[in-house]
Amino acid sequence: MGKSRTSLSWDRLIDFLLPIVAVLAALLVGAVLLLLLGENPFTAYTVLIRGSLGNVNGLTQTLTKMTPLLLVALGICIAFRGGMINIGGEGQIILGALATTAVALAFPTWPRWILLPVVLLSGALAGAFWGGIAGVLKARLNVNEILSTVMLNVIALQLMNFLLRGPMLDPEQIAAGTNIAQSAALPKQVWLTRLVPRTLLHSGIILAIVLAFLVYLLLWRTTIGYRIRAVGLNQSASRYAGIPVRSYMALSMILSGGFAGLAGAVEVTGVHHRMIEGLSGGYGFSGIVAALFGHLHPLGAIPASFFFGALLVGADKMQRTVQVPSALIVALQGLVVLFVVASEYYVRRRSRRRVAVNPDEPSSDEPTHLGQEVIGV
Amino acid sequence: MKEFFTVAVLVGIAHSGIRLAAPYLFASLGEMVGQLSGVLNLGVDGIMLMGAFAAFYVVFMTGNLWLGLLAALIVGALMGLLMAVISVTMGAEQGISGIGLYLFGLGLSSLLFKTMIGSVESVSGFSTLRIPVLSELPIIGPIFFDHSVVVYLAYLMVPVSWYLINRTTLGLKIRAAGQNPEAADSLGVSVNGVRYITVIYGSAMAGIAGAALSIGLLNVFQENMTNGLGFIAVALVYFGGWRPFGILGGALLFSTVNALQLWAQVLGLPIPSDLAVMLPYVLTIIALAFAVRQVRQPAALTKPFERGE
Repeated sequence: MGKSRTSLSWDRLIDFLLPIVAVLAALLVGAVLLLLLGENPFTAYTVLIRGSLGNVNGLTQTLTKMTPLLLVALGICIAFRGGMINIGGEGQIILGALATTAVALAFPTWPRWILLPVVLLSGALAGAFWGGIAGVLKARLNVNEILSTVMLNVIALQLMNFLLRGPMLDPEQIAAGTNIAQSAALPKQVWLTRLVPRTLLHSGIILAIVLAFLVYLLLWRTTIGYRIRAVGLNQSASRYAGIPVRSYMALSMILSGGFAGLAGAVEVTGVHHRMIEGLSGGYGFSGIVAALFGHLHPLGAIPASFFFGALLVGADKMQRTVQVPSALIVALQGLVVLFVVASEYYVRRRSRRRVAVNPDEPSSDEPTHLGQEVIGV
Repeated sequence: MKEFFTVAVLVGIAHSGIRLAAPYLFASLGEMVGQLSGVLNLGVDGIMLMGAFAAFYVVFMTGNLWLGLLAALIVGALMGLLMAVISVTMGAEQGISGIGLYLFGLGLSSLLFKTMIGSVESVSGFSTLRIPVLSELPIIGPIFFDHSVVVYLAYLMVPVSWYLINRTTLGLKIRAAGQNPEAADSLGVSVNGVRYITVIYGSAMAGIAGAALSIGLLNVFQENMTNGLGFIAVALVYFGGWRPFGILGGALLFSTVNALQLWAQVLGLPIPSDLAVMLPYVLTIIALAFAVRQVRQPAALTKPFERGE
């Protein structure tokens, strides 16, 4: 008995370390790449770490980038746990940001205590609507959600291009004749409070961390969360247990889109104070990477999005000071995803081996954190 | 609106539509073969970018277009090998490993471009090959027989893919691996071996699709120049119901709407082009929701196969 318990906790430790090993492996591949390209990986990585974590300024930037990442990652945790692969983060962020901007500009005279919650909520609702389209299409008409979210991303992008060049274009840009595609500045009362003077760090980070705890409670302490996870683990068993599987598939996409939409709302009210092109900034994809890295656990997503926020900030610094293109980080993110999903192979093999050795023991009290058993439908 | 409907403009739109379908065709027809064997490769866009860069770089350095095409093919195949190891051998969730492959290709192609070339350069790509006699035909000639070799190759892939899938032993094995891997395995087909072949083949085609952009249609390389085209190519496989000629229809729909939109811009027509660009995507969602439901996807699509279970 004692022996099997030790091996269990040993396995737990390995599960915990796997994503970290994946990151180290990715960084190692990145270093080899840099060497091949004639760059000094040591200098590049030093700048990357110093720039993102080495001083107050870098740290506030890291926390600022972490905010939308964490919000998107929370949504991804819900969707993936519910068996829905939401690749539509980019589009949902855009919709959220557009709605936030439109509502804030429509009611510029409302006081802060009412306008700010209203604009954040409209951002979340718009994202939820956009994610919900894919969710309902999957639930009702069995349309592959990967494909529909990809399509919805492009549609959202075009919608943004249209609005920012036409109906929502900043009147000042028209007057100046410059026509830079951006909206007018939002009324000051919806600007999120800056936490550190002369930096971009805003109160959105607090909101995101509080929500991470709430999502944890939702997924593991409520019936709704239990059912979302049950549907993700095993649809037919859930159906036999009387769970309305289709509604929960749609629900997990709606919630997921809501969090991405909120990320857009927070970027607008916290950082840019207006809608700009390129606001989604790849967070829709980076959020997936962060969520996977955090074991699809809302609390794991906190350090994970901090880490990837730091990578993004460090990459910018690296590009500016030692001219190593920040695209390196995008490639490394891809490798992290590949290594993390590949490493589950060992987790699965191990749990199967344990079943073979000792059929009485449950194969694993919490089956692989990501992977087939959780996400596979 | 009157000048929009002159013969010259309509011929121009049709010609552009035919031309712009080429990258979709390469990528989708390759992806189709992979999906028929049971593997969804969502990394097509990243592979295309790598192929586009490889082809562009080789042509930029050597001026040899065929060498460029070969480079795209090899780089695509290598990306496919990576995908196959992770998704076939290690049985990773395909929707997610594909995203990883996409990000890897997107980042790496930009990194290589910035460090190895740096600025926007152009190359002289495949020139137009006018088919003698046929290209002299009125209307038909300029629309169909006035393209570069890459475009003809893309259309040649349609019947070739059809033949491969429906008339060869390999095609039978591919479909068996995607429909009923256990049965295929019991008949001595190496399911994972077949899947390796299809994923690598499909990725090589995606590499060519990228080359079709960088040294066939546009003759430049830019960061993220595919702009999500690879994801559309994956969707077109569903849209076309896993049939080469269905995919041809879908590819033509996308490319023609694109052509229309480009020409409307050139002629300064008051159509909001951003909204026009949306149309094919909306249409695809509608088609996926209603039309494609009649066609059943390969039963084992996205399901890894392991013997003895």
